[in-house]
Amino acid sequence: MSDRKLTSAPAPAMPPAGNIADAARGRIPAWGPWAVFAGTAVVLAAILSVIGFNIALLAVGTVLISIFVIFLWARKVEGQRQGLDRGVTLAVTSLFALAMVPLVSLLYTVTSLGISRMDAEFFTSSMRNVLGEGGGILHAAIGTVIITGLATLASVPIGIMAAVYLHEYGKGKLKRWLTFFVDVMTGIPSIVAGLFAFALFAIFFGPGIRLGVMGSIALTVLMIPIVVRSTEEMLRIVPDGLREASFALGVSKWRTVAKVVLPTALAGIVTGVMLAIARVIGETAPLLITTGVFSSVNLNPFEGRMANLPVFTYNSYKFPGVPPEPYIDRAWGAALVLILIVMVLFLAARFVSRRYGIELRK
Amino acid sequence: MAAVAADAQTPGSGVGKRIDIKDLNVYYGSFLAVKDVTMTVKPNKVTALIGSSGCGKSTFLRSLNRMHELINGARVEGSVTLDGQNIYAPSMDPVRVRSSIGMVFQQPNPFPTMSIYDNTAAGLKLNSKRIKKDQMDEIVERSLRGAHLWDEVKDRLDKPGAGLSGGQQQRLCIARATAVQPEVLLMDEPCSALDPIATLAIEDLIEEMKRQYTIVIVTHNMQQAARASDITGFFNIKETGDPGVLVEIDETEKIFSNPSLKITEDYVSGRFG
Amino acid sequence: MSESTNQTEGTAGPPAGVKTGGPGDRIFSGLATAAGVTILALLAGVAIFLLIEAWPAITAAPEDIPGGDGLISYIAPLAFGTVLAALIAVVFAVPMAVAVALFISHFAPKGLADTLSYLVDLLAAIPSLVYGLWGIAVFGPAVVPLTDWLADNLGFIPFFEGPASTTGRTMLVAGVVLAVMILPIISAVAREVFTQTPRGLQESALALGATRWEMIRMVVLPFGRSAVIAGSMLGLGRALGETMAVTIILSVSGGVTFNLISPSNPSTIAANIALDFPESSGLDVNVLIASGLVLFAITLVVNMIARAVIERGTVDE
Repeated sequence: MSDRKLTSAPAPAMPPAGNIADAARGRIPAWGPWAVFAGTAVVLAAILSVIGFNIALLAVGTVLISIFVIFLWARKVEGQRQGLDRGVTLAVTSLFALAMVPLVSLLYTVTSLGISRMDAEFFTSSMRNVLGEGGGILHAAIGTVIITGLATLASVPIGIMAAVYLHEYGKGKLKRWLTFFVDVMTGIPSIVAGLFAFALFAIFFGPGIRLGVMGSIALTVLMIPIVVRSTEEMLRIVPDGLREASFALGVSKWRTVAKVVLPTALAGIVTGVMLAIARVIGETAPLLITTGVFSSVNLNPFEGRMANLPVFTYNSYKFPGVPPEPYIDRAWGAALVLILIVMVLFLAARFVSRRYGIELRK
Repeated sequence: MAAVAADAQTPGSGVGKRIDIKDLNVYYGSFLAVKDVTMTVKPNKVTALIGSSGCGKSTFLRSLNRMHELINGARVEGSVTLDGQNIYAPSMDPVRVRSSIGMVFQQPNPFPTMSIYDNTAAGLKLNSKRIKKDQMDEIVERSLRGAHLWDEVKDRLDKPGAGLSGGQQQRLCIARATAVQPEVLLMDEPCSALDPIATLAIEDLIEEMKRQYTIVIVTHNMQQAARASDITGFFNIKETGDPGVLVEIDETEKIFSNPSLKITEDYVSGRFG
Repeated sequence: MSESTNQTEGTAGPPAGVKTGGPGDRIFSGLATAAGVTILALLAGVAIFLLIEAWPAITAAPEDIPGGDGLISYIAPLAFGTVLAALIAVVFAVPMAVAVALFISHFAPKGLADTLSYLVDLLAAIPSLVYGLWGIAVFGPAVVPLTDWLADNLGFIPFFEGPASTTGRTMLVAGVVLAVMILPIISAVAREVFTQTPRGLQESALALGATRWEMIRMVVLPFGRSAVIAGSMLGLGRALGETMAVTIILSVSGGVTFNLISPSNPSTIAANIALDFPESSGLDVNVLIASGLVLFAITLVVNMIARAVIERGTVDE
């Protein structure tokens, strides 16, 4: 059978791989990489101070050159493969740091430019009769609350019940189609949702219509799939054992779901809703084409245009009056408020999830 | 088959090395898992490590090729010397230690995205990029033959490794580990996940491989230790939370028929564990 | 991030003897089903209403469409711009996202994984409007020296033909800002799969004497390949539909061009709608809606492919 003659050929040109003596090579000292970074930074700074200082160039240059130098050094002292390993480690770490730069820069920018308007007037007045200096976001903030509130009111019950359907009752074709289309819905561009809301009302009321509720409808389309997905996830986490125990006690199915499963998943569902709100509260595009612009407070979503924070920010920036500075200031102020709202929602969602959530046991 | 394996001795390999372990203590953070082990792993012999679950034999095995360091905070005190080199010397790179001391695990795990050929050659490609194709072919064939797998796979070397049976997969993993010609081969319960027939096939393989390698095998199956090893070491742990210790180590026949310590006798006759 | 595991009606069917027929149950399950049907109806409504409002534009004479050349020549450059910006975003975002995910899963100290993931997810929380403001006010101008250099030294490459814009309101900047926005999406998917790489495989590779990077290359990356591809497509879908960042950043005046650093750029479908809609009337509105329909179709296809790849990936395990 096995008569293919194995040549006891001369060993291949590589050294016998399993020779432990090879393993005792040198190592770069622990302070080595730090020294390289520091040294490169100093040298580069010196060079740049002569030809023109640029902090970005200093940072990027230091990182790139240091990585290269450490790579060569490790390659010589520890071996080619170890050198590559070190080089990759440094590169990956640097790329992560690079990814954090926009976050830091953006937060810093918005904070420093928006902080000039964090005054009482900003939060207590609208733009009614205001030209130039002064004015505030009261009307926009109220509008955002109303529009987003309506959207939440519509999407949360539908979303939760649809998730209940999918996870607890669903079968067959309806379930499959629904799952598929919820997935599809998560991909709808926000402006398309806005166009839909516009189209819906334009057919009945003509193309000039602008209402707060139209914005809510657009946001609902965007929120529903998020709520469905996250609620489904939470229902999945609730152990089947809990349902079975309830059944074993003679509790009917609907009571089990309503009084056992949902309360158990409640923290997670709330978290999901908060994150959905955080997602849509900053959406500009759909509101741009549905709610119009308005400078006073409007409390009626079913009548007339309604201001809101994102559109206000956009318009203030893009179409400032003369002089432009107050408008730009207001834009950054509103942007700062938006970011703060989103951050608070994010943190609160995380807090709720940590404190009250049930953990997925892996 | 035996004749082929004998032919497989090429220069630069084939003579297993010995390991001297002195006063080895293995820590996870501040928790002492294995305490004060001193023993010698004899070259070209099969050393089996037995003991009940949780007594530290796997931890000890992993400390022999510095695999236990994958867990954060793991460290050792004492020395492990292979062929005169302390593998825990500060200048020693763990990566290179592992090229010299190979390991086969409990779950057969061929790399799923690679073919049988590529699986076997995986370690080779790491260590030397410049091997020519015919040399690579030859090493792959020799390793697969050495693992008693060649005839079963020679016609489908380019198929994925996952398509084989459990026993075949484990032999593939053995071929993969031996392709780099380690000086010592560590095996952590290599047959636990296999059926009895596949187990016996691997035990036969081990018997043969010891001509070329030094083998250390951890097993919870005493009959396997009795069948397949030359030397047996018994690990034990007094209570949970205590460190594991090497209670007794001697020729297999002696451990199973006439051990020196009572506690060893209690274990091998099944009175506990 | 789990997908619909098509579990059979395990949870749907309580064991025999459990009350399911009563009025409470019928009402409740009826409500649940109704919710599901409502969503389907809503989605159908989106398609239908858009089509109704787009129809006049589709059937109109070519001269009536802005640009005078018919609907297709109106939409084509916009579609080009949409895809170009999105592709730039993906090209920058995918390698970064993989690096970020690898960093969290394999390089950073384990205790930090949660915090680091949270920081990356924060990038996704920031509204696109604010990204646009940052892009035009800070990032674009900061990049101008770089684009000047590119135009001067690499101008023979069509992408960098120049002349470089002095404000930074270019396709390149818009694309990179989009990349920052979609990075967390791709990174989350990648991180999920990288952390799920079986330990046995990783240990086997290390036991062969592989360095960490070699192990990642041998085991982790191949294992995560299809998930990363799916994640990238999700990111692509997101970038295609992005509106505000592009609307604010891009200085639009041109048609189809591959010149990424000039002040004359094609617009994207979404940005074009945002810019023109408030002032449009009559047929122009229908034309914009028609372009929105096209965008919807494109993102639909991309997302469906992404889902299909994910499904395949999870089944093959």
